[in-house]
Amino acid sequence: MTTTGPAQDVTALNGAALHLEKVRICFGSGKHAVAAVDGIDLSVSAGGFVSVLGPSGCGKSTLIGAVAGFMPIASGSLRIAGETVRGPGADRGVVFQQHTLFPWKTVLSNVEFGLKMRGVSRAERRDRARAILDAVGLGDFLRHYPSQLSGGMQQRVSLARVLVNRPRVILMDEPFSALDAQTRFQMQEMLLELWSEFRMTVIFVTHDIDEAIFLSDRVVVISPRPGRVRAEFPVNLERPRTADLLTDPEFMRLKRECLALMRKESGRDAAVKARQVSEAQFAERLPQESGDILGELVG
Amino acid sequence: MKVAAEYFEPAEELAGPVISDDKRRAWLKLARSFALRGLSVALCLYLWQVACSHGWHFIVQFQNLPTPAEVVRSAAALGDNPQLAGHVFNSVRRIFIGFGLATAFAIPIGLLIGRFRLAEDALIAPLEVLRPIPAVAWIPVAILMFTTPEQSMVFITFIGAFFPILLSTIHGVESLDRRLIFASMTLGAGPLAVFREVILPGSLPSIITGLSIGMGTSWFSLVTAEMISGQFGIGYFTWESYTLQNYPDIILGMLAIGILGMGSSLLVKRIGRIFVPWTQTSLHRE
Repeated sequence: MTTTGPAQDVTALNGAALHLEKVRICFGSGKHAVAAVDGIDLSVSAGGFVSVLGPSGCGKSTLIGAVAGFMPIASGSLRIAGETVRGPGADRGVVFQQHTLFPWKTVLSNVEFGLKMRGVSRAERRDRARAILDAVGLGDFLRHYPSQLSGGMQQRVSLARVLVNRPRVILMDEPFSALDAQTRFQMQEMLLELWSEFRMTVIFVTHDIDEAIFLSDRVVVISPRPGRVRAEFPVNLERPRTADLLTDPEFMRLKRECLALMRKESGRDAAVKARQVSEAQFAERLPQESGDILGELVG
Repeated sequence: MKVAAEYFEPAEELAGPVISDDKRRAWLKLARSFALRGLSVALCLYLWQVACSHGWHFIVQFQNLPTPAEVVRSAAALGDNPQLAGHVFNSVRRIFIGFGLATAFAIPIGLLIGRFRLAEDALIAPLEVLRPIPAVAWIPVAILMFTTPEQSMVFITFIGAFFPILLSTIHGVESLDRRLIFASMTLGAGPLAVFREVILPGSLPSIITGLSIGMGTSWFSLVTAEMISGQFGIGYFTWESYTLQNYPDIILGMLAIGILGMGSSLLVKRIGRIFVPWTQTSLHRE
């Protein structure tokens, strides 16, 4: 990557530490309140890369919503660089699963959006957006609309749209889960590349064990309904990481450990039936997609 | 260090260049489609001519109707006479004012209703009651409410266009993906910027559809109003031709209404497209 443009101001790109203590997030209010996430403790050091791993519907996206500042927390504390989160802010960038680029804006205008909101001059935001789009390999697609790009390219634009604001924390909500395996792996490699360049703090939500281990310094396993931290383990694998790592014995060991944990968590035995019942009850009250939940708050 | 861009080969992800063979085939397709359309119009005219000249009389009777040939003759006669042009001018002016007012009111009200619960609660109930009332049913009240027939006809035109535009605008705002609003807020957009940068452009395709439909309904409403209370205008011309037993002119008036309605709807669509370039993109844009 070229070091002109956004990468120069290295201090501004350094990540911020993140602390969650006994965080509880509920949907609904009063008697009908349902805890989606309960008693989550999570600390991420500045510039760290932590994956949050768990099955669908375990409240991972809700957690992202809280850190982004959209989901109010019912109790506990949520601090970034020592400051309590009170609402959304450009210091935290969010990359969603898919389809959150503005369809009516070109790739360049999408990436310029955050800078425009901060009142950066047209010429400067153009330069900075161009530089970051070059970095994600889309320098030739500035004038395209999102609908003209493949899913992988769209996600690269989403990443660039967040990175251009030099956020201190990047929150990624299953950003590659809709991509095919090969594209996904390319995206993972590119993300690590950009991370080592920008040194922002990353919280990466996923249900893919390989992805969680491959990317992060630490994996946090969340159990569902309500979401709780079930286990967390460090990933002491060397960086930079490449495809070879996926067959490394240590990688395999971590994966086995993780699988065992998740299997135990999902309850093979008698608990299965009980869980299905509670799941059904829960699903009734809980909007299916995190987008819906956030949508209710926004709308 | 490996440049991140090297991980990808963009060329692979997009389709190849346009092949000239494809272009020729596209032209052929277009030519065939036009030929077929022309043929169907010609067939309709022929059937009309035959039905009239043979005095078709089975449930529908054609013996009182003018033949296409008579209509063409009467159209040629009108060429010497600026009467029809005057009627058309009057109608177009009313459409312009009525439709323009409807646009100016319906879009802002629709945006507010779509976005704010308070605006919806305050405005939607009376609008929902008024909405199913056809513009024609407003004519007596319009005559009572306005001092000149001109004003009442413009009002009818306004009513005809207002509701389609309003409903499409509300629908456009409400069907907007909420995640886009969420995304814009995480990128630092305040409430005003969300409105300007997300809600307005996001609902624009639906608004333009509403304008196009509203244009059609405003013609529909205007012509009826002109038949009842007009002194000039294409609807008046059509009705007057009937009372004067000038039958070929009825058909002429009808055709003029059809062509004007279609033309203005098309115009709205075409102009609208300029504002929503992202909705008609193909991979071969550059």
